[in-house]
Amino acid sequence: MYEKPLPVIDSDSRPFWDGCKAGKLLLQYSKSADKYFFYPRPFVPGTGERDVEWVEASGEGTIYSYTVAERAGPAFQDDAPFVVAVIQLKEGPRMLSNVRTDSPYDIKIGDKVKVYFDKATDDVTLPKFDLA
Amino acid sequence: MSNKTPVIAGVADVPLVKGKVLNGENVMSIQANAALEALDSAGLTLADVDGLMVTGMWAVPGPGQLMSVTMAEYLGIQPTFHDCTNIGGSTFELFVARAALAIEAGQAETVLILYGSTQKSERSRNLAGRAPVFNMQYETPYGMPTPVGGYAMAMQRHMHEYGSTPETLAEIAVATRKWAKMNDNATSRDDLTIDEVMESPVISSPLRLRDCCLVTDGGGAVVVTTKERVKDLKKKPIYIKGYGECATHWHIAQMPDMANLDVARIAGQRAFEMAGMTHSDIDIVQIYDSFTVTVLLTLEGLGFAKPGEGKDLVANQNTAPGGNFPLNTSGGGLSYAHPGMYGIFLLIEAARQLWGECGERQVAGVKTALCHGTGGTLSSGATCILSTEEG
Repeated sequence: MYEKPLPVIDSDSRPFWDGCKAGKLLLQYSKSADKYFFYPRPFVPGTGERDVEWVEASGEGTIYSYTVAERAGPAFQDDAPFVVAVIQLKEGPRMLSNVRTDSPYDIKIGDKVKVYFDKATDDVTLPKFDLA
Repeated sequence: MSNKTPVIAGVADVPLVKGKVLNGENVMSIQANAALEALDSAGLTLADVDGLMVTGMWAVPGPGQLMSVTMAEYLGIQPTFHDCTNIGGSTFELFVARAALAIEAGQAETVLILYGSTQKSERSRNLAGRAPVFNMQYETPYGMPTPVGGYAMAMQRHMHEYGSTPETLAEIAVATRKWAKMNDNATSRDDLTIDEVMESPVISSPLRLRDCCLVTDGGGAVVVTTKERVKDLKKKPIYIKGYGECATHWHIAQMPDMANLDVARIAGQRAFEMAGMTHSDIDIVQIYDSFTVTVLLTLEGLGFAKPGEGKDLVANQNTAPGGNFPLNTSGGGLSYAHPGMYGIFLLIEAARQLWGECGERQVAGVKTALCHGTGGTLSSGATCILSTEEG
């Protein structure tokens, strides 16, 4: 029984979470803006282009910043210390996630990471990262 | 247009003991207490109030959803201008700007700005984060302690880009505590050393317990009225010389540049331009200190230090009593009180310093003050520049 908070999936995010369930990290791309973006929206944030398509990302990125959580909310306290990081994806957008490691304090900004998929429930799989 | 000049004419905060309001008072009555005291100090009464601005996080869902309506009823007033905007802890600096605009437009003549929280008495605060809906569905499932984790990541990035250190932050915590020791209403007044800050437990690296604001109750009120009205009143008018605001993100992974606080840079530039002032014109600075890193990033964002050089500005207790840069002279959210949304207390302390009412902690010759609030997770910023001089 998974007891941590799960995403409340909506019309914008359904394809992203379906992708994770199928082992694919999906981003949105606009050809006219020549831009990848995350999180999902039916237009390019800031400029409004509507020619948005879903594409599979490489799953590769670097750590833009991170924190080692020693204290956390009730659902996560038993996992502490654990790493929460903002990942700079190779395609450009940033994404918040966890980085799996046995030595959280050895992590550095700029470290390369690679996505893996952590099945939480039959409906939800969370994209998380390993050091590459 | 009314052709009237908006001014701050009264302020009040409610007394706290060990961070709690007295006698188990509720969140509406503490706001009324603050309102009545602030109005009285200005020589006004509730009957003079035709504008009401209030924000907060109580009674949602319920009467708190229409907070200005609920508070107007409780106070027994019928405001012709009211607002319950919420942009986080910076809302109150935005409220001063909106009050000034409303008064200039003739929408109201006397505007009451209120805040109250009994979060400590209610033990309602934890690190669990926001409901995992909409943009938070990409954050909450990963367990980031909220909001400290976002601020921690900003500091980690700042250290990476600029070589700031945990000692930089400890300087801020210790200097702020020294001011609190001179404020009888401050919650934390014990001695605090750099070593004690740096040895306090890590909450979310690199931030430690003493980098984090207090969790307290609290309430306050600010009265904005017209210069014409204040002529007969008790206080010297405080002029609202300039203001600015900006928002860049809510979800921390959407922050454009985690080592540089764009919201402060943009809000501050707009406020300085409107006031026709530069940094050297400012005598005293009150900056939102949800965390020590908030202060470091804001000082740089506002341009009091160049990017990466905030560490030099706060070194050697330069922002403490006796230093060259008096900062957060009430003891701040770090040591005075932090009832969820702190921004109103920046204004209250600035006004008291401008009126020369701060006793032991009074800074000599204060004529101009800058207040800058931060909301969300470094998400929104609002700046006000205040002065006892009109010209």
